[in-house]
Amino acid sequence: MIDKFISIEGIAKRYPGAGGATTSVFENLWLSMARGEFCCVIGHSGCGKTTVLNILAGLDAPSEGAVIVDGQAISGTSLDRAVIFQSHALLPWRTVLANVAYAVSSKWRSWDRAKVRAHAQSFIDLVGLTGSEHKRPSELSGGMKQRVGIARALSITPKMMLMDEPFSALDALTRGTLQDEVRRICLETGQTAFMITHDVDEAIYLADKIFLMTNGPGAVLAEVVENPLPRDRGRTDLHRHPLYYALRNHIIDFLVTRSKTFAAETPGHDPRNVPVVQIGKPGLTIASNGEEQRQPWISGPSPGLTA
Amino acid sequence: MNSSLRLRAGLVSIALLAAFLGIWHLATRSTGTTTAMSPEYAKLMGLTATQGKSAMPGPLDVGAKLWEHLRRPFYDNGPNDKGLGIQLAYSIARVGTGYLLAVMVAIPLGFLIGMSPLLSKALDPFIQVLKPISPLAWMPLALYTIKDSSVSAIFVIFICSIWPMLLNTVFGVAGVRKEWINVARTLEVGTVRRAFTVILPAAAPTILTGMRISIGIAWLVIVAAEMLVGGTGIGYFVWNEWNNLSITNVIIAILLIGIVGMLLDQILARFTRMVTFPE
Repeated sequence: MIDKFISIEGIAKRYPGAGGATTSVFENLWLSMARGEFCCVIGHSGCGKTTVLNILAGLDAPSEGAVIVDGQAISGTSLDRAVIFQSHALLPWRTVLANVAYAVSSKWRSWDRAKVRAHAQSFIDLVGLTGSEHKRPSELSGGMKQRVGIARALSITPKMMLMDEPFSALDALTRGTLQDEVRRICLETGQTAFMITHDVDEAIYLADKIFLMTNGPGAVLAEVVENPLPRDRGRTDLHRHPLYYALRNHIIDFLVTRSKTFAAETPGHDPRNVPVVQIGKPGLTIASNGEEQRQPWISGPSPGLTA
Repeated sequence: MNSSLRLRAGLVSIALLAAFLGIWHLATRSTGTTTAMSPEYAKLMGLTATQGKSAMPGPLDVGAKLWEHLRRPFYDNGPNDKGLGIQLAYSIARVGTGYLLAVMVAIPLGFLIGMSPLLSKALDPFIQVLKPISPLAWMPLALYTIKDSSVSAIFVIFICSIWPMLLNTVFGVAGVRKEWINVARTLEVGTVRRAFTVILPAAAPTILTGMRISIGIAWLVIVAAEMLVGGTGIGYFVWNEWNNLSITNVIIAILLIGIVGMLLDQILARFTRMVTFPE
């Protein structure tokens, strides 16, 4: 890989099970991301997606292996890696401004009040909450709360953003708007983003790379799907792209059938050398715009991904 | 709707009070001359024998006496004759001192126990044994070691009010939502700042609830403690007036104990509302 900004190297997570046995959520997981890339993880509940995110955030430690960010192995949490929580996790006794200011003053401890407030306010404006800065979280709708969560994460100008199903609790309309904003902000600021989602369309719209994980326990990263859609894609004409359905069907086929059977069907799967699926690229067998869209397909290992 | 409900409830309360006072008055009034006796003998026997008056004072007697006390709350005619204001002030001062000492111990200790699973497990058996001990059972030990009855009363208040605060603080601190702690962790907030900016505000409603239970218990216990140690305070006043057979004063003291207890509870309730946050 040319630029391995984030590299997860052979991590495992095991929990002590009943009777001295250990339950392994996943073993020997390898994964890498380039700077400025937006990656989504898709997999069924229990495959350890959240555990991977928590390990990346430093909230959880792997039982084995290491995570390297920007050339350094991480130990614990860092202000370089901001987390957007599924449940927004705003402090309910603080106002919107105070919630964001809490993050700002945690990063820049020497700043005075006025500077912290001005900085926090600029990020509240960025997520479109101007005018609500003195409200408490209980007075906000679910979408507005998650906007505050996004503003808080962005306000510390992190090197990467980690999102654990940030929009899953929102209604479809709000979710769409927030996806647009997150995409806009990530493109503008060149953020590296790692997002967990259950929503295939969300992954297609937002991600440059989609990680497909098999079912746990003993989950593995089965494939890395590269998003063939142009970077300047829009929500409205997304589905008109010739490769859209091929991509979507590939992911859905994986979730519906292959996530269960992958381990049995692919005995030679090398976790360090996960196949990269490039839908519609020359030399690949998948149909780009035709009848054979539903045919599942795996490419050979990509030489670039070898760690 | 809401205001009319409050108005109606207020009217019912007043009616109930009037009914209670009326029945009380009728039950204790004089029934007229019962037996003929010589005036000297009648003077010796008092109204109970001559007029059929109940030994229980009526509401008018209590009201008159209460008015007398309220006009002169702070008089001091020596050890056994002090104004009710002075007696209440002694009790409140003892409760306040013992209670504040308990706050200073229980809340930091509760924080430590709540944040450390090791301490929590290690101290649990001690707390479980010490908690159910009646605070008055400590009195002889306190008198023997402290050798001062007034300080012993304060110690008894301390020991009785510490448990609800300690347990509620532990419960509140240990129960702070993981996601709020995770927010502080991802922001690299240090332990001390995390304790003050996340754990304390999150646990404050639970801690204040413990403090509110404690002040109620402390006020219950002070009356009994002062009956034992004597000298000053509303508890001593009750027992002294019982020895004087002044049931009127006993009733007045009971009423005042109730009112002060209610005020203490209301103060803590107000503090609790101040730190409670809507989610």
